[in-house]
Amino acid sequence: MSTHVSESESEADAATDQQDRPAAQQRRVEKKRERHEQRERASDSSETEGQTILLKVFRYDPEVEDKREPRFDDFHVPFKKGMTVLDALIYSRDHYDSSLTFRHSCRQAICGSDALFINGSQRLGCQTQIDDLDQPVRVEPLPHQEVVKDLVVDMEDFYEGMDAVEPYFQEENLPSDLEEQRQDRANREKIKMSTRCIWCGACMSSCNIAAGDNYLGPAAINKAYRFVMDEREGEAIEQQRLETIEEEQGVWRCQTQFSCTNVCPKDIPLTEHIQELKREAVKNNLKFW
Amino acid sequence: MSQSYDRGLVENFGRWTEFSAGMWAWVFHKFTGWVLIGYLFTHIAVLSTAIEGASMYNSTLQGLEALLIVRFMEVGLLAVAVFHILNGIRLLFVDLGVGLDAQDKSFYASLILTGAIAIGSIPTFLGGI
Repeated sequence: MSTHVSESESEADAATDQQDRPAAQQRRVEKKRERHEQRERASDSSETEGQTILLKVFRYDPEVEDKREPRFDDFHVPFKKGMTVLDALIYSRDHYDSSLTFRHSCRQAICGSDALFINGSQRLGCQTQIDDLDQPVRVEPLPHQEVVKDLVVDMEDFYEGMDAVEPYFQEENLPSDLEEQRQDRANREKIKMSTRCIWCGACMSSCNIAAGDNYLGPAAINKAYRFVMDEREGEAIEQQRLETIEEEQGVWRCQTQFSCTNVCPKDIPLTEHIQELKREAVKNNLKFW
Repeated sequence: MSQSYDRGLVENFGRWTEFSAGMWAWVFHKFTGWVLIGYLFTHIAVLSTAIEGASMYNSTLQGLEALLIVRFMEVGLLAVAVFHILNGIRLLFVDLGVGLDAQDKSFYASLILTGAIAIGSIPTFLGGI
């Protein structure tokens, strides 16, 4: 995702497999194209070449006297076509201030390390093209989590929520010998989007219920969805999972603000999954005798 | 990690300009809900003047309706109630998992419909003052 794809190429494949894409992704691709067309009209694309972009980065470090008061530092980064926010941060760190701290690893939107608050929205640094953002680019650590240093936040709460739903396959009646545990296609299709979670924490950070509460969070509930809906898991464990998610801090905290669905870098329809689990929970408790 | 820094609530309502449709729908739904609860008390207070007899009730209502501000507040109350109803229907569909991709459009639609109904009600509420 972070590696540069020329605009014409991405537009071509946008046209071909438009139907296969989830709605959120389609919307994003469309917006991207609109912005691109706007820029084309406004200026020649060669103009952006050789430009510098202004990066405003949140700085804070409790261990350094001068950085105890949080502030924004300006970095002027030479723009290169296809540059992502993460690229710009890496450039700033390598050329200007080696103490600039942020998490990153794979640089292709799969490790989930670099979810940041960029221009007022939770995005992956490596997935966000500088070209798509208004200048100056404001980079902050994820909201609603404590800042450890600069752009690094404490993810402990998030991981606790994830662990609480036991996000791994559990089935006691394992088939004998070498028999496989097959999943039919329809069922795979059902849980497909939910398996794409990369644990970046963008959804949890965008959720203002999770901000004030111990709410499990969209990512954890999505994980629960992935296993509750998986037909290969038995009744007993499904019952146990449903009981976890219908606890006080579970699905019923969700107020359908759609914030998580809007920011998810993997376009997982989180609200839809939470709503479906709410219905499952109700069905589970309904008794007509 | 000797100490960490909590930015408090600065990133909450201070960023209202960046709220998306679903967030605004939630804010308005909460707000209109509280207004309706508040109205319930005045509603009961006014209706209970009927305990004193028909004339007391009539004179109270006539007195209230003579005030221009009350007429305007009635338009506001209608707008609040209509939005709460329409967004409630929207939320019902969200709960049923129907049309979740169009949740922002349905919010805008309920806003526009609320506005239209509130404006349409002005002749009725402000008539004969």
